[in-house]
Amino acid sequence: MSGGYMQLFCALSSEIVLALAGLGVLALDLLAGRQREVAARRQLAGTVTLMGLALAVAPLLWQLGLLDVPLLGKTLVVSPLTILFKFVLLLLALLTVLISMEHEIGRHVGEYFALLLFGTIGMLLLVSTEEFLTLFVALELTSISLYALTAFHKDSLRSQEAALKYFLFGAVASAFLLFGLSYIYGLTGASHLRDIGAALAGKEADPLLGVGLLCVLVGLGFKVAMVPFHLWAPDAYEGAPTPVTAFIATGSKVASFFVLVKVMMLGFEAAGGSACWRGFESGWVMVLAVTAAASMLLGNCVAIVQHNVKRLLAYSSIAHAGYILIGLVAATSTGAVAVLFYVIVYALTNLGAFGVVAALASQAGGDEMEDFNGMAKRAPFLSALMLVFVLSLAGIPPLGGFFGKFYLFAAAVQRDSQSFGLLWLVALGIVMSAVSLYYYLILMKHIYVLPAKEETRIVTPGHVQLALLLCAIGVLALGLWPEPLLKLLKTFVIGL
Amino acid sequence: MRTDWTIYLTFLGVGLILLLPRAAKNLIRWTALLTGAAGLAVALQNYLAYNAWLAENQPLRDAFWHLADVVWIPTLGVRYHLAVDGLNFPLVLLNGIVCVTGILFSWNIEERVKEFFAFFLTLIAGVYGVFMAMDLFVLFVFYELAIVPKYFIIAIWGSTRKEYGAMKLVLYSFVGSAAVFVAILVTFFAGGGQTFDILYLARHPIASSLQVWVFPLMFAGFAVLAGLWPFHTWAPTGHVAAPTAASMLLAGVVMKLGSYGCLRAGMLLFPAGLLHWQWWIATLAVVGILYGAAVALVQKDFKFIIGYSSVSHMGFVLLGLATLNRDGMSGAVLQMFSHGIVASLLFAVVGRMVYDRTHTRQLDELGGLAKTLPFACVTFVVAGAASMGMPGFSGFVAEIQVLIGAFKMSPWLAALAASSIAVTAAYILNAIHKVFYGDEDDHHGTTSSHPLPPISVPEIVASLILMAVLVVIGLYPSVMLDMIQTNVDLFLKGLR
Repeated sequence: MSGGYMQLFCALSSEIVLALAGLGVLALDLLAGRQREVAARRQLAGTVTLMGLALAVAPLLWQLGLLDVPLLGKTLVVSPLTILFKFVLLLLALLTVLISMEHEIGRHVGEYFALLLFGTIGMLLLVSTEEFLTLFVALELTSISLYALTAFHKDSLRSQEAALKYFLFGAVASAFLLFGLSYIYGLTGASHLRDIGAALAGKEADPLLGVGLLCVLVGLGFKVAMVPFHLWAPDAYEGAPTPVTAFIATGSKVASFFVLVKVMMLGFEAAGGSACWRGFESGWVMVLAVTAAASMLLGNCVAIVQHNVKRLLAYSSIAHAGYILIGLVAATSTGAVAVLFYVIVYALTNLGAFGVVAALASQAGGDEMEDFNGMAKRAPFLSALMLVFVLSLAGIPPLGGFFGKFYLFAAAVQRDSQSFGLLWLVALGIVMSAVSLYYYLILMKHIYVLPAKEETRIVTPGHVQLALLLCAIGVLALGLWPEPLLKLLKTFVIGL
Repeated sequence: MRTDWTIYLTFLGVGLILLLPRAAKNLIRWTALLTGAAGLAVALQNYLAYNAWLAENQPLRDAFWHLADVVWIPTLGVRYHLAVDGLNFPLVLLNGIVCVTGILFSWNIEERVKEFFAFFLTLIAGVYGVFMAMDLFVLFVFYELAIVPKYFIIAIWGSTRKEYGAMKLVLYSFVGSAAVFVAILVTFFAGGGQTFDILYLARHPIASSLQVWVFPLMFAGFAVLAGLWPFHTWAPTGHVAAPTAASMLLAGVVMKLGSYGCLRAGMLLFPAGLLHWQWWIATLAVVGILYGAAVALVQKDFKFIIGYSSVSHMGFVLLGLATLNRDGMSGAVLQMFSHGIVASLLFAVVGRMVYDRTHTRQLDELGGLAKTLPFACVTFVVAGAASMGMPGFSGFVAEIQVLIGAFKMSPWLAALAASSIAVTAAYILNAIHKVFYGDEDDHHGTTSSHPLPPISVPEIVASLILMAVLVVIGLYPSVMLDMIQTNVDLFLKGLR
C-alpha cells in the first residue's frame, strides 16, 4: 500500500465528515427532536446537515497537497478535476438541503437528511475512484439512498410506486453493470480503469468485450437516464418529494456523467469506434450516438404532451442526457470538457427549476401546469427566476445553457471537421432544441400569460429565494463569461 | 457616445424599469421613452457624423467604423466585435425611430406596464446588437435574445388568436435560427476553427463545394424572418395577433433582422453559394411579392391586409439583394429602411388609432372614419401612398431602384415584380375607401351614441415623426442612398 494512512485520511476527509454529520443528524433528531414540531425538527436537522456539508468543503483545499499521490494502489485519485467536481456536488447537496428545509417531508426528518448525506458520500466516491469495485459500491450507496428518499412521501401512493419502479429498474441495471464488469475483468485481468485501458490498447475487437461493454453501458445508461433505460425517470421525478427530485436530477446526474466520461475515455478508448456519417465503426461511440439520438427524439417529443411540471422536466432531462451524450460521442478531450461544462450548467439550472417548483407547488396546490397559472402575479420574483432557468434549458443566450449546448455541438463537429461526419447528430440536436422551445414556452405561458385561479401572494422564506437567486446568477454568469470554468476544465481534463 | 451605446443604454433602461415599482405606470412609460429617445439620439448623431465622414473620405477601401473589438471567449475565438457601415447604419437608425414611436403608440397600455416595457426594450436591445455584430457568434446571441420577448409581448398583450400567433412566430424564428446555427458551426470549422469574425471569414471564404449547401441553410434560416415565400406564414398571423407596438416592431424591424442577416452573414460569407442560388432567391422573392399582394387584395381584416402587404414588400428587399448589382442592392437596403417606417405607420393606424377605438378590424364593419378620425385618415393616406410607391416618398426611391436592378438581371422578373405595384395600389385604395369613406350607416365610425375618443398627443407626435422621415427620405434620398451605395460598391468589390 502506497501512501500513509494520513494521506488516505486526507483524501477521504470530506466523506468522513459527511458520514459523521449523517450519524450526528440521526442521533440528534432521535434524542432532541422527537418532542418538537416537525417544522422545528426540519430546521434543526437541516442546519446540522448544512454545517456538515460546509465543513466537508474545507478538506478539499487540503487535498490540493495530495495531487498525483497514488492512494490504496491507485484506487482513489485526487486531481484538480475531482476536487472541482466534489465541490460542485457538495454545493448541489447544500442547495438541496436549503430547499428541503422548507418542504413537507414527513415525520422521519433525521433519516431524510442522513440519507441525503449518505447519497452525497456515494457521489463523492464516484468522482474520486478509478477502480471498478469501489465504483460499484459507491454507485450502490448513491442509488440505495436515492431509492429510499424517493419513497419519502409515505402517504402518497405515487411516491411509493415511483420508488419501487426506480428500485427495480436500478437493481436490474446494477446487475448488468456487475455482470459486464466481470467479463471485462476476465478479459483484461484488471479492475483499474487505466490498467484496462492499457490492456485493451492495440487489441483486436473481441466479441466478449462487446458484451461486457454493453452491459456496463446499460448500468451507467440507467443512471444518466438515456433512452432506452429512461423509463424510471418520469415516474421517479414526479413521485418523489420535489427536493429529492432536484437531487436526483442534479447531483446524481453530475456524478453519473462524470463516471461515464471517466470509464469510457480512460478504460475503453481503444474500443470506441466511430459514429461519423459514412464512416461508421462498431464500438461504444456508435452505441452512444444511437442512444443520444433516441434520447433527444423521445425526450423532446414526449415532453410536448405532458401536463405535470415535474414530469415535463423529467422528459426534458432525458432529452438533455441526449445532448450531453453528443459530447461523449465526439470522444475527444474537447468533447469531455463540453460534457463536464454542460453537466455543471445543467445541474445548476435544474436545481433552480425544481427549487422553484418545490417552493411554489405546496402553496399553489400541486405541480400540474394549471396550478402555475398566473404565477407571475402571485410570485413575481420566483417566476422571473423560473424564466431564467427554463430559457437556459431551452438554450437561449446569454444563459449558460446556450453556451453549454453550443460548445457540445461545436466539439462534435470538430471531431471530424474535414467531412463533418458528426453533423447528422448535431443537426438533430439543434432541431430538437427548437422543438423543446415549444414545451418550455407552454410552461412559461402558464406562468406568465394565463390568468391565475386565485390572487393570493405566495410567500417564500428569504434563504430559499437567495439560494435560487444564486443558481440563477450562476447560470447567467456561466453564459456571459464561460471562459474561466472552461479553461479550468481544459487544463484539468488532460490527465482526467 | 459611440453607436454601440444604443445597446447598453437600452439594457440600462430595462434594468431601471425592473427596479421601478409596478404601480408607477407613468414613471415607467417615461423611463422607457427616455431610454428609447437616448438610443435614437445616439444613433442619429453618429449617423450624421458617419455620413459626413464618408462624404469627406472618398474613395475608401473599407468603410467600417469599428465600435468594440475585444476577446470574449478565447477558447472558441469569439470576439465581441461590433461595427457599423452604410449597410447597417440605416437599420440602426430605423430601430431607434421605431422604438421611440412604438413606445408612444403604447402609451395607452394599462395592464402590466412594467413587464411590457421591459420585454419591449429587451427586444430593441437585441435588435441593435444583431445589426451591429460583426462576429457570427455575437450576432447569433443577439438574434436569439430578440426571439423570446416577442413571444411574451404577443401572447400577453395581443389580440386575435394571440397565443397561437405568438407560438407560431417564435417557432418559425427558432427553426430558422437552428438552420443558421448549423451553418455557423460548419463555417467556423471549415474556416479554420479560429474565429467567428465575419470580416475575416469574408476575406477567407470556405471551399465552394461546401458553400453550395451551407449558403442556403444560412440564407433560408434568416429569410424565414424576412418573410421569404414559402416561409412567410408566420408573418400575417403574428402581425395580426400582436399589440400595435409589437406589430410595428415585427414588420418594421424584426423582418429586417432576417433580411439583414441574409445580407451580412449569408451573402457576404458565401460568394460561390450565392451565385449558385441567385436565381432561386430572385424567383422566390418575386413569387412572394405577387403572392403577398394578391392575398392582401382579398382580405376582409384590415390588419391582415397590412400583414400580407409586408410579405409583398419584403419580397422587394430579397429581390434587390438577389440582383447582385449596385442599383438592386442599394434599393434593397433603402427598402428595408423605408418599409420599416411605412409598415410601422400603417400598423399604428390600424392597430392603435382604429382598432383600439372601434374594436373591430373588419372592413365591412368600418366606414366613414374620415369624419370622426381625420388625423388617422391623413396618416393612413400618407403611409398608403408611400406603400404604393408614390413619388415623393421613400418607398418610391427604394422600389424603383430594386426594379432597375432586377431589370438588369432579368426583364421578365422585373416586369412581374412591377406588376404588383398596381395590385398594391388597389388594396390600399380599397382599404382607404372602405374604412375612411365608405358607407356611413350603422358603422362604428359614426355611431353618435358612442363618440370615439380623439387621437391623443403621443399618437400625433409619433405619426408626425414617422411621416416626416418618409417625406425627408423621399424628397432628399441622398442622405441615405449615398451612404448605402458607397457601401454596396465595396460589398460587391469584396464579392469578386
